[in-house]
Amino acid sequence: MLEIKNLHARIAEDGTEILRGIDLVVKPGEVHAIMGPNGSGKSTLSYILAGKDDYEVTEGDIVYNGQSLLELAPDERAAAGVFLAFQYPIEIPGVATMTFLKTALNAQRKARGEEELSTPEFMKRVKDKAGELQITMDMLKRPLNVGFSGGEKKRAEILQMALLQPSLCVLDETDSGLDIDALKVVSDGVNRLRGPDRSFVVITHYQRLLDHIVPDVVHVLSKGRIVKTGGPELALELEKNGYADFVDAAA
Amino acid sequence: MTIEPRTLETRAETDLAEAYYRDRDALPGGAAVAEIRKSAFDAFRKSGLPHRRVEEWKYSDLRARLKSVPAFAARRSDDEAKAAVAALDDVYGAADRYRLVIVDGHFHAGLSDVAALAAAGASVRPLAEALVEQGESLMQLPEIAAGDAATGLNAVFCADGLVLSLAEGASLDKPVEIVHALSAAAASTSERVIVTAAKGAKAIVLETFVGGAEGSFSNTLTDIRAGDEAEVTVARLQAEAAGTTHIGTAVVTLGAETKVKLIGAGIGSGFARHQSFIAFTGEGSRADLLGITMVRAGQHVDQTLVVDHAVPHCDSRELFKTVVGEGAKGIFQGKIIVRPHAQKTDGQMMTQSLLLSDDAEMSLKPELEIFADDVQCAHGATSGQIDEDLLFYLRSRGIPEAEARTLLVLAFLSEAVEEIGEEIVVEAFEERIRAWLDAGA
Repeated sequence: MLEIKNLHARIAEDGTEILRGIDLVVKPGEVHAIMGPNGSGKSTLSYILAGKDDYEVTEGDIVYNGQSLLELAPDERAAAGVFLAFQYPIEIPGVATMTFLKTALNAQRKARGEEELSTPEFMKRVKDKAGELQITMDMLKRPLNVGFSGGEKKRAEILQMALLQPSLCVLDETDSGLDIDALKVVSDGVNRLRGPDRSFVVITHYQRLLDHIVPDVVHVLSKGRIVKTGGPELALELEKNGYADFVDAAA
Repeated sequence: MTIEPRTLETRAETDLAEAYYRDRDALPGGAAVAEIRKSAFDAFRKSGLPHRRVEEWKYSDLRARLKSVPAFAARRSDDEAKAAVAALDDVYGAADRYRLVIVDGHFHAGLSDVAALAAAGASVRPLAEALVEQGESLMQLPEIAAGDAATGLNAVFCADGLVLSLAEGASLDKPVEIVHALSAAAASTSERVIVTAAKGAKAIVLETFVGGAEGSFSNTLTDIRAGDEAEVTVARLQAEAAGTTHIGTAVVTLGAETKVKLIGAGIGSGFARHQSFIAFTGEGSRADLLGITMVRAGQHVDQTLVVDHAVPHCDSRELFKTVVGEGAKGIFQGKIIVRPHAQKTDGQMMTQSLLLSDDAEMSLKPELEIFADDVQCAHGATSGQIDEDLLFYLRSRGIPEAEARTLLVLAFLSEAVEEIGEEIVVEAFEERIRAWLDAGA
């Protein structure tokens, strides 16, 4: 279970306050959507969950399965089950995608005291998951995300998620840059991972992603606070009326 | 104030002068060689060791580095030499190759695959012997290399080494490794290796520089004479002990339609300078130079190269990657000269460095001197740190910081490693690179 308690955070470099008291509880198996206008703090929240040190938490806490995530390094958080699907997946020239996947998977297994996967077993898992996401072996031989189209990058993120099997998946605008077909492939990939022990925080601007990944709870973030919480119908309401009502309410 | 002719000032310079006076009569070669040695020594007497006011040595002040110079090593017995080599890492391990062994500057035919090489089409002679018969031509260097302070000192003191000759059309079935081993006692060494590839000959030469002790001073020279249509790859791995001072010069002369690839990996020595002088003398040739350098903890490493396009229609490619760790200093100086008649020259030089710490230092000096008007030449130089966004991405997938940094350093070097093209070299270099990274993690 994820519990975000009165979370305040600012940009480390210049002190700009971004999050101004977020409270959020995500239970196992739940899918929470976080929507909000540009600059409301959505991406910042996702980065802080993953442990990016560009941000400074000034107040509050993030507790995951009884442990404060704030005390953990990004790799320790990953081993504890946290996964961030990046809005803009990073290109890493010189690191083959396959090498990266194997290094990441085995590093997490090692951190959890599990045995490393044998190469045949690893290859089998990759092939199965890659096939489901329409990722070719040729893509996996290329350097990580280098020369991938926008859709390929997002599918590669979901492949990582499917391989690493995290218990808390944070999706940061996974729908951005996707056409309808790619959106369906990515959403199907996410839906296959849904289960009673896995929670999702889905950050998005648009309702259309939530047609495919149907949330249990929808939150509206504005100016660093959650200003409204509701069911899936809240997303439809936002799509129709825009954020103006809630943004004004927060001001 | 009158300006006095410069006299030798430092202890190291005096040591070298004394070594010359002591050893000169015993150094191999006839009268012509002795004359070459004497004139090189006279030049040294006038200018002393190169220092920061000598432009080419501006960033690598050898005079300041050398507090003293130990005596030049005498030839070891084959047993001693064998033991010295056995005590050191075998870089290429089980890989199939011919091996030629130089210990403390002296060639040991008894420990080398001379007969097997002869059967394969290559002759090997000790330099000390060859200098007696054909010394003058063996000592000659192209103009761009002849005036250098280190090649000059090598001419004064080179007591041995070897001459590897490939006959016309010869093509070796296996690489030839030339081991330059230093024993554990501090000494000076100054061997010279000459590789001649006659028309159409093909060979892969692996030079490994290993061993040494605190205070060792090695000033080696490898002279590659690649004739018309020859294809020669030379991969040099410098991994001497931390306390050594190493100057390694590679001189390459290319004929017409010749291909040479010169690969250098430098991780050893407290103070190292790797010099490459490339002279094009025939049309339609190509030289590829690759440099992989990694230093840390007080090490100083200098990559200096001069590429001389003296004839038309030749291509040169240089890619140098340097990783500089905490408290270390890296230098890259690269000069491409295009002479007035060298039209249609295509020269591209790139040097990139990765600084792993705030107190890591890198100096970059790319130079183009172009006197012809129909050429394509470019150079690029970059210097940067590990990208924090890349690091975060890797860590967010569960890869611990040290391992993520290792991956990113390997990624930085990968472009140069991929260009090597010879599997035996790639494997050996990758193993060294990983060991270097593990040692710092």
